[in-house]
Amino acid sequence: MNALGLAIVIWIAAWGLNIWLANGPWRESKAVRIAVPVLFGLTLLVLWEGIVRGLNVSQVILPPPSLVAQTFAASTDILWVDFVQTVLKGALRGFAIGFVAAVICAIAIDRSAFLTRGLLPIGNFFAALPIVGVAPIMVNWFGFDWQSKAAVVVVMVFFPILVNTVQGLRATDAMQRDLMRTYAANYMQTLIKLRLPAAMPFVFNGLKIATTLALIGAIVAEYFGSPTRGMGFRISTGVGSLSIDLVWAEIAVAALVGTAFYGLVAVIEKRVTFWHPSQR
Amino acid sequence: MVHAMRSVIPVLTVLGVLVAIWYLAVAPMNIRVALDQAERGGATIVPEGSVERRAVSVWHLMANNASHVKAGYDLDRPRLPTPAQVGQELWKTTGAMALKGRAWSKRSLIYHGWITLQSTLWGFVLGTSLGIIGAVAIVYSRVADMSLMPWAIISQTIPIVALAPMIIVVSSQLGVENRGLPKAIISAYLCYFPVLVGMVKGLRAPEVSQLDLLKTYDATGLQSFLKLRLPASVPYLFTSLKVGIAAALVGTIVGELPTGAISGLGARILIGDQFGTPLAIWSALFAAAILAGLLVTLLDLTQRLAVGRMGMQP
Repeated sequence: MNALGLAIVIWIAAWGLNIWLANGPWRESKAVRIAVPVLFGLTLLVLWEGIVRGLNVSQVILPPPSLVAQTFAASTDILWVDFVQTVLKGALRGFAIGFVAAVICAIAIDRSAFLTRGLLPIGNFFAALPIVGVAPIMVNWFGFDWQSKAAVVVVMVFFPILVNTVQGLRATDAMQRDLMRTYAANYMQTLIKLRLPAAMPFVFNGLKIATTLALIGAIVAEYFGSPTRGMGFRISTGVGSLSIDLVWAEIAVAALVGTAFYGLVAVIEKRVTFWHPSQR
Repeated sequence: MVHAMRSVIPVLTVLGVLVAIWYLAVAPMNIRVALDQAERGGATIVPEGSVERRAVSVWHLMANNASHVKAGYDLDRPRLPTPAQVGQELWKTTGAMALKGRAWSKRSLIYHGWITLQSTLWGFVLGTSLGIIGAVAIVYSRVADMSLMPWAIISQTIPIVALAPMIIVVSSQLGVENRGLPKAIISAYLCYFPVLVGMVKGLRAPEVSQLDLLKTYDATGLQSFLKLRLPASVPYLFTSLKVGIAAALVGTIVGELPTGAISGLGARILIGDQFGTPLAIWSALFAAAILAGLLVTLLDLTQRLAVGRMGMQP
């Protein structure tokens, strides 16, 4: 029980420190804003380590984070191969194709008010569906390699981006469009100089939702057949062969990639939509 | 309502166009399978042999064997079934079985839908409770706001499916026999976030002047929570509940997919894949879509009723 007790003491101490930081004299400073959540996350890891060690939890059930970190460091080559297969080949290519297709479709639909009215409810409905279930169909159509994973990702990211872009293209008001008309701007000029930039906050909203969906799609599709590499492949075989620490290392990679991907999109958003009130 | 009526015709038109595209796509998708089958049945196909045909494009195959294109619309194991085939299969495994009194048979999608619905609802209840408790903590405690909110966002960028097989293994190692519980946990993970964000927004919706007014009434913290913040958050809550229930259903199906589950709509998809019966996959997919539609519509009606009763604009 020693390790568990120690972990709980550390957790309480850190919580106290956090309360002091959050209400203390530097409560508005940037350092505190970052330190508080980081401290909170670290204490959760300490608590996890303490519970696993203190209660002698079998490593088959839950390995301590220190062991996961060791496995992570020892098997970077496997993790890298899986990362390339799942993220770079499957998820990112699918994401790019789905993004381009959705934006082109949105611009095409937007020219007709009738189509927009008809497609928005349907697109919203599709965006809420468990589309990930098409994974076995795509593996059947496109084979075991990354193409089928990219196909699942395309279908999954398409609707959220489409719906958000269509909504974004309607975000300009009549006054702004009238101004473009007084400049004698044609359709393309209005689209590129006014409506697409105005749509960007909405487009990025869709892109942010799509980042996680892309990873989910690429990983789940691998459960239905893949070459002998890939994060989904490693997780499903790792669970079967009880190499749970490698599975957790793989999960750590997935978590890091998911957060980094989201963060990257958020950074690009900040630079593209610097004019928007939410970014100032 | 007028607004909704206006979009009925466009929606139906778009749906009609989608179904038409689907029907057109069936021919090129299924031509190879149809030709293989016809050749086994003794028909002459140009070119002969399925291996030789692999080098020829589907358009050429369709042009050269025009009489066999029709067979692609009536295959037992099509690559792409027609909408009619999916509809028939759906009816066969739901309505027709219910009429024969076998709605709870293991082959009926009503039974599998019920299994999925149960986990979804448990996950929904769990996730919604967590989301609301978290939102209250975040609104009332600065520490909770600063330490929980970033992690709540990060938690949604982590692909939970990576964890799905693990959650199943851990719960079976811990001796949890009930397969519903791990699925409900995955559901709750996907469902709590929209509720948390919506409730934080809703609980913070009252203006300072309104909160100040309650202070002049000498209202306690609990009173101002119950009489001002909570009612103000209801429209926000329902909007996020609709997102949440759809997310919970996705979570349950994801929980059933990679884990060797034997009942539930996700398991039907998995089994359909293993036994090579595409119609089972497609009908389970559509059943899941119908279930999602029903759940969201139900919450939408409840929202209209509740918000209307409270005298707010729906």
